[in-house]
Amino acid sequence: MKTGRQVGIIGYGAYVPMYRLKASEINRVWGGFGAPVEEKSVVALDEDTITISVEAAKQAVKRANIDPSEIGAVYVGTESKPYAVKPSGTIVAEVIGATPSVSTADYEFACKAGTEAMQTCIGLVGSGMHKYAMAIGADTAQGRPQDALEYTAACGGAAFIFGERSAETIAYLEASYSFVTDTPDFWRRSKEMYPRHGNRFTGAPAYFKHITGAGKALLEETGYKPEDFKWAVFHQPNAKFPINAAKIMGFSMDQIEPGLVSPRIGNTYAGSTPVGLAATLDVAEPDDKIFVVSYGSGSGSDAFIFTVQDAILEKREGPKMETFIERKEYVDYATYLKNRGQIIK
Amino acid sequence: MSVPRYWRNEVPRYRLQGEECSQCGAKYFPTRPVCKCGSTDFKPYKLAERGEVVTWTTISSAPTGFEKYVPYVVALIELEDGCKVLSQVVDIAPDAVEAGLKVEAVFRKVKEDGKEGILQYGYKFRPVVE
Ligand SMILES: [Zn+2]
Repeated sequence: MKTGRQVGIIGYGAYVPMYRLKASEINRVWGGFGAPVEEKSVVALDEDTITISVEAAKQAVKRANIDPSEIGAVYVGTESKPYAVKPSGTIVAEVIGATPSVSTADYEFACKAGTEAMQTCIGLVGSGMHKYAMAIGADTAQGRPQDALEYTAACGGAAFIFGERSAETIAYLEASYSFVTDTPDFWRRSKEMYPRHGNRFTGAPAYFKHITGAGKALLEETGYKPEDFKWAVFHQPNAKFPINAAKIMGFSMDQIEPGLVSPRIGNTYAGSTPVGLAATLDVAEPDDKIFVVSYGSGSGSDAFIFTVQDAILEKREGPKMETFIERKEYVDYATYLKNRGQIIK
Repeated sequence: MSVPRYWRNEVPRYRLQGEECSQCGAKYFPTRPVCKCGSTDFKPYKLAERGEVVTWTTISSAPTGFEKYVPYVVALIELEDGCKVLSQVVDIAPDAVEAGLKVEAVFRKVKEDGKEGILQYGYKFRPVVE
């Protein structure tokens, strides 16, 4: 898919809360042996998807150096909305000063809600309807105690502001693609606290089918080959899946290395591909091409091709993803439950 | 805090926004109806988001709604523009807080009105992340 007028990222921001829970701590409590990631990020008591979104959004506005009242849309992709009814985007938009001439909504598509919001913003700016539009992917993901997902369900997010391509653009979009089928690999019913998943069903027919479906279609459509890209980001539900996806698609470890943050912070769900892209932009140089493919259960993938421009060099001041990943304090399992509001008094 | 009162104070609390006297330039946060110079003519003023801890106290017996945060630190912070604010300081152990600690504003959840009421958000401060 291509836009009517060229669109690009003019500012981005990312955030990861400072607390970490080690896989070994989960094993200590539940007697398990798993370690799909080394450790995962955990929110402070006073953090949620909205505060994570605000932190990323404020950084994006600062880097873009724009008047926030010109942002015409703020969309938050998440599966951990603090309110069941009341859009997270209303609060984010109010904090950054985008209100009242703005449209907001929360997007839901498991781990690809953030990139779904990106596709929408790209369309709105590409059509000329808005000057700027902001897409956020953020989560404080839920994992049932003693479930396989408890090791990886993590917290974090990233925000991207899109605008018409100009010299101010840090990375412009060449093309994007979306690939969706009805695949019940993971779900959470209304009013249930934890999601359910189809165990092994989450691999081949779900994650890999959709990642490669979207990725290969976008390569075919644009005529690019894996070696044309400096960097690649694949949705990272654990440490292993994105590495295997890269291999299947013909990408190397070097290409995915900067964006592969799940071993150190876990799966930030709707924030997962967005924080991978942010971490990649943190190290990218002008003219680098970045290949991005998200995955969300249910199921679907969004694929994007970005080319970095010179403006990146002036527009990534402030803390990087690496800064937030390295800023950490370990918590024990009881503190983890407390911070997530799971201890009932 | 009632919903209308929370709503009226959203912009100051969300954006750390006060007022500046159009006559003498005095800055107020929270705002007041009459300036010390007698003027009632104010314009919005965005406070600096960085500053340092002047004095602080550790709260171990919290008011209703803040019990789960104890022990937590409330500090008087002098911002880079000279304004002073009283705020919770987060992402640091209470015994690590000291005078001169460089801090920056963050947006956090302040209070929950039970399980069914609104979520109240606002500024807090944390050690500067660079
Ligand atoms: Zn005055």
